[in-house]
Order: sequence, then structure tokens, then C-alpha cells
Amino acid sequence: MRFKGTDTYLTSESLRSAVDCALVLERPLLVKGEPGTGKTLLAEAISSALGLQLLTWNVKSTTRAQDGLYVYDAVQRLHDSRFNDHDVKNIEKYIKLGPLGESFAAPERRVLLIDEIDKADLEFPNDLLHELDRMRFRVIETEREVVARLRPVVIITSNNEKDLPDAFLRRCVFHFIDFPDQELMKRIVSVHHPDLSDRMVDQALQIFFELRALTRLRKRPSTSELVDWIAALKASGITTVKLDENLPFLGALLKREQDLLAFSETFGSGKRTRA
Amino acid sequence: MFIPFLYELRARKVPVGTQEAVALAGALKAGLHESSLDGFYYVARALLVHDEKHLDAFDEAFGKIFEGIEGKAIELQQQLLEWLRNAEERLPTLTPEERALLATFDRHELEKLFEQRLREQKERHDGGNKWIGTAGTSPFGHSGRAARPGIRIGGGGGMKSAVTVAGQRNFREYRDDLVLDVRQLALALRKLRLFTREGQPDELDLDGTIDKTARNLGELEVVTRPPRKSNTRVILMMDVGGSMDPYAHLVSRLFTAAKKATHFKELRTYYFHNCIYGRVYKNARLSEPVKISQLFAETDRKYKLILVGDALMAPWELMSVSGWQEDEGVEGVMWMMRLREHYPSAAWLNPEQPSSWWQSTIDVLRRIFPMYPLTLEGLGDAVHQLTKVRVA
Repeated sequence: MRFKGTDTYLTSESLRSAVDCALVLERPLLVKGEPGTGKTLLAEAISSALGLQLLTWNVKSTTRAQDGLYVYDAVQRLHDSRFNDHDVKNIEKYIKLGPLGESFAAPERRVLLIDEIDKADLEFPNDLLHELDRMRFRVIETEREVVARLRPVVIITSNNEKDLPDAFLRRCVFHFIDFPDQELMKRIVSVHHPDLSDRMVDQALQIFFELRALTRLRKRPSTSELVDWIAALKASGITTVKLDENLPFLGALLKREQDLLAFSETFGSGKRTRA
Repeated sequence: MFIPFLYELRARKVPVGTQEAVALAGALKAGLHESSLDGFYYVARALLVHDEKHLDAFDEAFGKIFEGIEGKAIELQQQLLEWLRNAEERLPTLTPEERALLATFDRHELEKLFEQRLREQKERHDGGNKWIGTAGTSPFGHSGRAARPGIRIGGGGGMKSAVTVAGQRNFREYRDDLVLDVRQLALALRKLRLFTREGQPDELDLDGTIDKTARNLGELEVVTRPPRKSNTRVILMMDVGGSMDPYAHLVSRLFTAAKKATHFKELRTYYFHNCIYGRVYKNARLSEPVKISQLFAETDRKYKLILVGDALMAPWELMSVSGWQEDEGVEGVMWMMRLREHYPSAAWLNPEQPSSWWQSTIDVLRRIFPMYPLTLEGLGDAVHQLTKVRVA
């Protein structure tokens, strides 16, 4: 299995190399990078390029490692036991596999995306060590052992909000998605908006990189924001853009109030810009 | 070959070990590097580096270990063979004299000659007919007019070789030696939790439900309870400037760890310089004052107070009155005692070595606040002390 990218997802050689490593060595791939550089999309691209089904586990601050394996629905079982019309002896019926458990139990290989692992509790990655390493776990209620016949392709993304433990990092193949340079960005834009005129692309990119160079910004615009912004420009039929205080759809690029203020102070005459 | 590289990485504080070595060997065995130095660079980077802050160190180490063998690199050999092949394909367009010249070199000879020249040559060379360089008639170099096929070196067309990619050191800005043990500090702060059940009852109490249902003769009765939430509120006050400057990085690590800690219900951070009088400040530039009396009004005894400072100052600073209106004519040391009184659960973290705590102002303050060294261990002790005090 080798990963080559897809029609809509452009990769660099280093990213392909990292994905191949993860595929061959059957280790999880940890992807980090600025928000909006396509970490989550990578998993979708891998799943479509390899023709494997994608399972997504969106991690939140309250997510526990156990949720990814399975949950035991005791209330449903209690409820079913009220009238004598359900067989409640079979606990198996009330075990619901989580995304990780599902990817282990699946008959075919799956791509599992563990999205934004850094959102969870500090101990969360440690709790998953064994399961990711051995690709198996035991359902305590039924003594059943869930073993992955085909190890899923695990993609983990992190936004760097919390440091991950060393023991966890050691088991992963690591890739840091660097911010695309002008050339690659141009290709990315043309993949998403193939019908856009060259002049317009150049103008938009120039403005975009000039905005990114503005050091006062708290949150610099990234790839996904650029793609959205161009979509908005296209939809409203604008054919030429200029970097001044009347830049259209500025709100698609800058998301913070302070940043909008900084923008209007730099490029405008100091008055507040409409978002 | 790559074992010395691993040790070079370790010397540069990139944590690699046996696990990484085995993984890399496995990847090379599977042919992931596609027999090229470029491929090796990317594969090694994916497997040996686990954090973007080490990418720069990795590039440095890679450059150091592999720079010298550039000429020998398999990739270049491939490039060379390909070039020769191309030249042979172009054969018909060459004049008979040129063809005769071509015959004077065979591939192996050329290769040998190349390596030999590479060893002899010490500097950049443009023009001429022997040395490797540009625009010459030597068989080695690019943009040349050599009638015979040679080896193209550098110039356009070729892929960036791994050593030049490493040489660019694109990841310098991600280097951050500071945050290395923020995680350890965060783990120590984690113990500062006090769980209480309050708020909306939206969590299922399984035991309670089973109990109630059984008492109800099997009629399902769901019992809920409020979820367990950490109820810790913390006030962090930091001494800034002057004698604290040498410890700025240490304090900023603690600050980062505290900010990142999600288990505090509330975290207030304030700054002061040397001693606290009637006010503390919201930022390190000491420009947004908050009156202590106002702070007392806003926060109750349940807040845990952590003071960070070296407690070193001129003795008169403790005994003097700042002269501000909100000071009420009270001396610094009295303000410290008021703080201690208002927050029964308080601790002072001192970056100074405990062996120097005999100095007068430290000695005074450690009689007021329980004082701990600003180390991982000291922080652990302080946290233990803070959780011990139960405030009704």
C-alpha cells in the first residue's frame, strides 16, 4: 500500500513518506500543524485513495478513552427487563462499540481518524497506549476480547493545545504539516477553484500572503480560510480585489476582533472595518 | 550507517531510543526510502522526530552526518546513470568527432573519474575543462559545452537533494526549548483538584437507578446526579522584574502550565514587584492595578493563593508604606499578613535555593506563608499543602 494523494488533496513528498511509513509499519500517524492546513482532510484523502472506509472519532474535552472502545448501555437493559418481551440475558446486545472498537472489529481494514486528541484530558493518550499498541481490548462485562484482525490505519491530529506524553509519541509516526509556500498554495487553490482566472488567483494569493506577513495578527489566516474566501469572492461575482480597507469578505479571513482592528489600522484610515 | 546518526540526534537532545532505531530499520528493510538519500531523510524524520520543536535539531544533525557523503550518495549515482543513458539516446544528433569522444569514456570509468575529481577539487569552479563546475567542457558540471556526456552536478532540473533540504533548516522557528517540561508542571498542578457535585443533575447514577428500580419492583426509575466537577479556584501572584529576571523562563513555564490546566474552575493571575501593598496588577507591565480590597470583595476564603517570587528585597520595603490612597497607611508586611489571613490555603513558591532562605526578607515572609522551592518537587509539596487545608 502506498499513498499518492488524491485529485483534491495535494501532498508533499515528506507527507507521503510519513504516510507510507505509518502504513508499512502499522503505526499510528500523528499529524500536527497550524489550524486549517488540512490535518483532518488528510484522513479522508487516505481513506479515499486506499479505498478504505473512514471512521471518525471526534475528541472533546469530556471524552474518555473508554468511550472509544465500548459503552455498556445499562439503562436500556434495565428498561428492557421491565416487560418480559426482551431477552436481557445477552449482555452483548447492550455493548455498543465506540469508533476505536468498531475499527478493530470490522471485517475489512478501516481508516480511523482520532481528531484533535489534545482536546481531551491530559491522561487520555496514556489510556489508549495499550489499545493502540496491541490493537486489542477486553470487554469486561462479557469477557469478550476484541482483536483487530487487520490493523486499522490510525490517523491522529493534534493542535498542540497540550503536550502529548513521550510514551505515546514514541509509538507514533510523526508529521508536521508545514505551511504551504506560494507555489503549492497556488496549486491547492487551483484544485479547489479550477475555473478561476490566473490574474484573480495571483491577486488573492498576494493579499493572503501579505495578510499572513502582518505580525500583529493573533490568528493568521490559513489554507482553509483562503479557499473559503475565494469561494465567497467567486459567488458574489467579484473579479478583481485590492488590499485596502474595503477588502471584501474580510470576515472570512480574519476571525478575531483585535485582528480586524489591526487590519483597519494598518491598511485603512483607522476607522472600523465591516466584517 | 544510521547508528552514529541516532547518537548525533541524542547529543542534540532529540529523544530517540531503541524503539526508534528498530522502527527505522524496519522501514529501510521495507524499502520505504526508495534507495535515495531524500527518501531516507523523510522516512527518518517521520520516525525519529515526535515533535516539531525537534525538527530543527534533526536537520542540523542530518546535515552534519550526511553532508560529507553527498558525492557518494546513491541518489547521485542514479542521477548519473540516467544522464549517461539520456546522452546515449541523443547520440544521433552528435557529430562523428563527438561520438568518437564519447567512446573514450565508459560509464564506470566516468564514475570513478568523477569521484576522484571530487576528492581533488577544493573549490567552486566555473569554466575550464577539467574541474567540476559550470559552463565548462569538463565532463562534470552543468550548462557545459562538453562534447562527451558527463555528469551534471547541481543546476536546474534535479530534485533538491536531501542534504540541501536539511541545510535550509525550515523548522527553526518551531524550536522551543522552554516548554519541555510544562507537561510535568501541569501534572503536578493537576493534583490541585477538589471535586464536588453541583449544578444540573444530568449524569446517570447507575447504582442509584438499580437500587430505586429494585425497590420499585422492577419499574424503571432513573436517578440522575450532577456531574463531578473540579471546584478549584486559584489566584496566582507573580513577582516580576529586578531580581526575578533570571527566573523569568521558569516562572513563565509555571504560568503556561497553570493557564493550560483545564481543571481549575477559575484562575486569576496578578503581578507585583517585590512586595505587595494596596494593589496588585493585571499585567506584567504593572499598568492595570487592582485594589486588594476589591480582590478580597470578589474572592472568598475558598480561593487558593499561590505566590511566586524570590522574596528578596530591601528590608525597608517590607516595612514601608507606598503612599497610595488605597494603602490606608498599612506597611507591606501587614498586607502580606492580610492576604494570608484572607486565604487560609496559600503557598509561596521561591525560585531561590532553600539554602539561601536565611536572608532577612525571605525569612520574614516564610514565617507568614508556607514557602517551597520552585522545583517540580517543591510544587508537588506546595500542592499537597494547598489541598490539605479544607475550608468550610
